Amino acid sequence: MTAALALEPPQLMTTPPLLTLRGVSRRYGDVIALQDVSATVYPAEVLGIVGESGSGKSTLLRMMHLEDSPDSGDYRLALPGLSGNLFDLDRFARRMLRATRIGIVYQNPHQGLLMSHTSSGNVAERLLIAGERSFGALRARARDALDASEFPLERMDARPIELSGGMQQRVQLAKAIALEPALLLLDEPTTGLDVSVQALVLDTLKRLQRDRAITMVIVSHDLGVIRTMADRVMVMRRGRVVEEGLADQVFQDPQHAYTQQLVHAKL
Amino acid sequence: MPPVLQVENLAKHFRMHHLNQRLDAFDGVSFTLSAGEFLLLRGPNGVGKSTLLRTLYRSYLPSGGHIWYHMNRGRIDLAVAADVDIAQLRRREIGFVTQFLIARPRVAAEDIVAEPLRSAGVPATEALEEARRRLEEFGVKRDLWRAYPTTFSGGEQQKVNLARALILPPRLLLLDEPTASLDTGARAALVRRLAGLKAAGVAMIGVFHHPGDVAALIDREIELSPREAPANVAV
Amino acid sequence: MTLAALTRPWEPMSYGFLDASAKRELRRKMLKAIAVPGCQMPYASREVPMARGWGTGGLQVTLTLLRPSSVVKVIDQGADDSVNAASIRSFLTKVSGARETWDTLEATIIQSRHRIPEERLRADQVLVLQVPNPEPLRPVQPDMSVARQMHADADYGRLWLVLYEQIVRSGRIMEGAAYPALVNGRHVMTPSPIPRWDVPKLHMAPHLTFLSAGREKRLHAVPPFTRVEPLVFSDVPYQVEDHANLTCHRSGVSGYFMNEIPQGDGTSRFELSDSHLGIKAIRRAEGAAMAVGPTWYDGKLPR
Repeated sequence: MTAALALEPPQLMTTPPLLTLRGVSRRYGDVIALQDVSATVYPAEVLGIVGESGSGKSTLLRMMHLEDSPDSGDYRLALPGLSGNLFDLDRFARRMLRATRIGIVYQNPHQGLLMSHTSSGNVAERLLIAGERSFGALRARARDALDASEFPLERMDARPIELSGGMQQRVQLAKAIALEPALLLLDEPTTGLDVSVQALVLDTLKRLQRDRAITMVIVSHDLGVIRTMADRVMVMRRGRVVEEGLADQVFQDPQHAYTQQLVHAKL
Repeated sequence: MPPVLQVENLAKHFRMHHLNQRLDAFDGVSFTLSAGEFLLLRGPNGVGKSTLLRTLYRSYLPSGGHIWYHMNRGRIDLAVAADVDIAQLRRREIGFVTQFLIARPRVAAEDIVAEPLRSAGVPATEALEEARRRLEEFGVKRDLWRAYPTTFSGGEQQKVNLARALILPPRLLLLDEPTASLDTGARAALVRRLAGLKAAGVAMIGVFHHPGDVAALIDREIELSPREAPANVAV
Repeated sequence: MTLAALTRPWEPMSYGFLDASAKRELRRKMLKAIAVPGCQMPYASREVPMARGWGTGGLQVTLTLLRPSSVVKVIDQGADDSVNAASIRSFLTKVSGARETWDTLEATIIQSRHRIPEERLRADQVLVLQVPNPEPLRPVQPDMSVARQMHADADYGRLWLVLYEQIVRSGRIMEGAAYPALVNGRHVMTPSPIPRWDVPKLHMAPHLTFLSAGREKRLHAVPPFTRVEPLVFSDVPYQVEDHANLTCHRSGVSGYFMNEIPQGDGTSRFELSDSHLGIKAIRRAEGAAMAVGPTWYDGKLPR
C-alpha cells in the first residue's frame, strides 16, 4: 500500500518515447531474472535503473542492447527505419542495430574493448563496421569521439591495456558515441574506479548528455551515481520493478518498503 | 492577474514501512496564487513548511488533493501529472531554490550558473556573460568565477546556487530558506533580484528564516499550525 | 561363393589417381565454391603421394579436372623448372595421359604456387592456386568456428582494423602477399600468398580460378567475371610492388614482376619471375618465332 495517488499519462510531453519496453520476462531454469518489466524512456532523458545484485538490472540492459532475448515481451525504438517488436529481429538485423544505432559502455572494459588494438582503432572499428572507408575520416572521427569523451589525444594510439581504468572507460565511451547513436546504455560505468576518477567520468557523461541530448539508460547499484545522472529512476528487486519516478522524488520520498531500505541504508 | 497555482485540500503523509508507522505532515491546505504574487509560508520549525514546498515541486508525492497549475492552454494537476510532464515544467516554468547545491566537480562557477540558459538554447558566449553579471550581483568575487564551487565556503556556494536558480525567470518560484548562510550583502542582492522577478510577473512561494528580509515583497501569508487545518492569513 | 566372385578385378589406380568418390566430393565442393564466390568450402581432402603443405590441395583440384585432352602447366613461384613444379607436372601427366607444357598460351589447366602468369588467361583456361592457409581472419580470430560465423555475418570489422593500424603505425599497409580481397562484394578471401602485383589479375577475369588448401581441407573459387577487390581505404590507394622500372638480367625483359637476387657485393640483380616468359623473350631475341600473349602489365620485351 503506497501513500501516493495514481499518476496520469503524459499531457504536456507531446514527443513520443524513444524506447518502449513492455512485459519483458526471462527465466533461466528456475531462476526468474525478469518478471513483467516495462520501461519508457523519452528522448534526451536519462533513466537510472538501480538495484542490488540479482535485481535483473543488468539483464534488462542486455535485453535493451538486443544481446539476449526475453521469453516474452515487446521492445520498440522510435528510430527512422525501425518498426515492430525488435525482439523479433533476426541475428543480422540485431547486429547492425547494435553496431550502428545503440552505444554501450560496460562495467568491465575488457568486455567492451579490444585490448590489444589501439584506442583510436577501437573507435575506428565501429566506424568501419558502419561502412566508413576513408582513412582520413576514420582518424578525424575517432579523434573527435575521443576528444568529446575527454580522452587525452596524445594517447589516442595507445592500447587500452596500457591505460588506467578511467581512461579505458573513456575509450569505451568514445566508441559508444562515435556513430552518434540515439540511445546510450551504461552498465555500472564507474564501478570499480577510484572515487575521484568516478566523479570525473560522471562529469564527462553529464556534459556529453547535455551537449548532444543523448538518451541514456544507466544501470548502477550506486545511488550516488544515479542521483548525479538520472532524471527518472526505476528501482528493481528480484527481477521486478518495485518503484519508479522522478529521481529526486524516489530518493527523497521513497514509497516502497524496499526503496526506503535502499535509500536509508546509504552511509 | 491570472491565477498561476490553485491548491485544493492538499495533504501529505509519509509511510515508514520498517517502523510500520505513518507520519502526517499536513492536510487540508488550500490557496490560490496569481502571477506576481509573493506568498510567505509561516509556522514553527518542523511543522511542514519545507514539506509543503517539496510537495508542490513533486519531490514528495502528495497523498491527496490537487495542485492545479494554470497555463495558456489549460491547467494540469501537478499532484498526479506524469513524471515527464513534471520534468518538462521544471525545466521551463517551475523553479525551486534550496540551500543545498549538489556541487559538481570540475565545473566552473560561471558554467554552473550559465547552464540553465545553455539548456534553453542560449548561445555559449551570451549565457556566460549573463552568468557573470548574476554572480557579480550576488557579490561573488571575480577570481572565483572560473573556480570550482566544490572548493567554496557554504555562503559562496549558496550565492552560486541562487545565481543559477534565478537566472532564467520561471513562472512559479518556490524558495526554501534561500538566505541561509548568506552575508548581508548577498541577502540584499537576493531580495533585489526577487523584487525584479516579482515585477516581471513571477509567482513566488517562500519559506524564510528572517521574513523581515522580504517584508516589502509579501502579498499574503499562510500559517501552518501543527496537526490542524492551516489558517490563511492575509496581509 | 569364391573370393573372385565377391570382389572386383584389381586395378592399380583410377584415371587421374583419385577414385570416383573422391572426385565426386571434389566436384561437388568445387561447384559449391563457384556458386558462392570467395566462400571457403570444407572438403574431404584425400591422401596423395605428396606431403601436406606441398600443394596437395591444388593437386586434388587439378586431378579432378584432368582429361586426356588437357594440357597442364605447373609453376612454383613462377618457375616451371622448380623441383616441386616438375614433380607435380610429371605425376599429372603420368596418371592421366594429358600433355604438359611450359607455355601459358598452350595450357588448359595452370596449377601454381604463389604466382599468376603475366600473360592474360583466357576463358577456356582454369587457374588452380595452391593455398597454405585459406582463412583471412586467422590473424584476428584463431578460433575457426568463430571465424566461420564472422564470414556468415560479413563481420570484417576486425580485419579492416588491422589494416587501419598498419597505416597508423607504419604509414602504409604492410600486407605483402596474401592481401585480403572482397569477392563478389560479399566474402573476404585470402588469394593465397600471391604478391600484390597479381591480385588485380583476378578481378573480372574471363577465366575460372580455384584456390585449394589440402592440409586445411578447404577450397574456394572465383568464377569468371567476378569482382575481386583488395580491401583498401578510399584515400589510401592500392599499390603494387614497384617493379615497373626493373629489368631482368638474363632475358632483358622489363616491367614485369621480378625476383630479387642479392649479390655478394651488396647490390641486387633482378630476374623475371614468370620464367617461361623470360625463355620466350630469349628465344625471340635469337630469332625464333615465339607467340607472346597480351599481358596485364605494360612490360617490354627486348628487340
